[in-house]
Amino acid sequence: MTLLTTVFAAIICTIIWYRNGANNEMMLGTLSLMYWGASIMWLTDAIFAYAQFGVDFFAPAPLDMLHDFYLGLSVVALGLVIWLVILLVKDPKGVVNTALFKKNK
Amino acid sequence: MSCFIVPVTEAIVTTVAEKVMKSKEKKQIVKLFLSDGSMTEATKISFATKLGWLNKMLWGGSALLAFEHLWHGEVTPFFPFLTAIESGNSASMFAEMGSVGVMMSVLVTFVWGCMVAVSSIIEKRNLNSTKLLRERA
Repeated sequence: MTLLTTVFAAIICTIIWYRNGANNEMMLGTLSLMYWGASIMWLTDAIFAYAQFGVDFFAPAPLDMLHDFYLGLSVVALGLVIWLVILLVKDPKGVVNTALFKKNK
Repeated sequence: MSCFIVPVTEAIVTTVAEKVMKSKEKKQIVKLFLSDGSMTEATKISFATKLGWLNKMLWGGSALLAFEHLWHGEVTPFFPFLTAIESGNSASMFAEMGSVGVMMSVLVTFVWGCMVAVSSIIEKRNLNSTKLLRERA
């Protein structure tokens, strides 16, 4: 469930990045690459779990699924927070700079 | 347990490599002939920028994976940071790093390699079509 949640987050971010075209002012490419990286890592985890547990891997208990979904949402939220910090620090649109420095009249 | 340490180690190496490459690389400007007959200049994406894609995948993925380990109580915010070391399970921890951790790094790097290969093909295709347009003009 954590893998699925992250994969969906990665797909949504990639679609939004593509819709925005070459305009990378919101740094959505960074966010989608972060989610893709995490998705590949969890996919590796899933492959090893499948090798260990076999088909039982695809039939998790409902409570485990709910717990993993909760974790997945938390991971997506953390990814968004990291992206937001990077965006505000790099400030490609200059919004933070404008807010911090007022022009002299 | 601590499989994310392997991608983090790779990320440190590739980040250093990216910084070194960026300081040495020169901008590659190519002339593109558009279908309407006009000409425009474009900067080719450098290899350091492409290495940045790998860095973002490795750092981002490792950070989110580290959070998952923290969630499951496998990583603690105090020394020695890994509960496997605290409980004397270092051997199984290293075995997991050598199997799952290495596989994670290999898979992320493989996907990045595919991305670089596809982007190179697209770049070559665009330059070739530009050449054809120039010859026709």
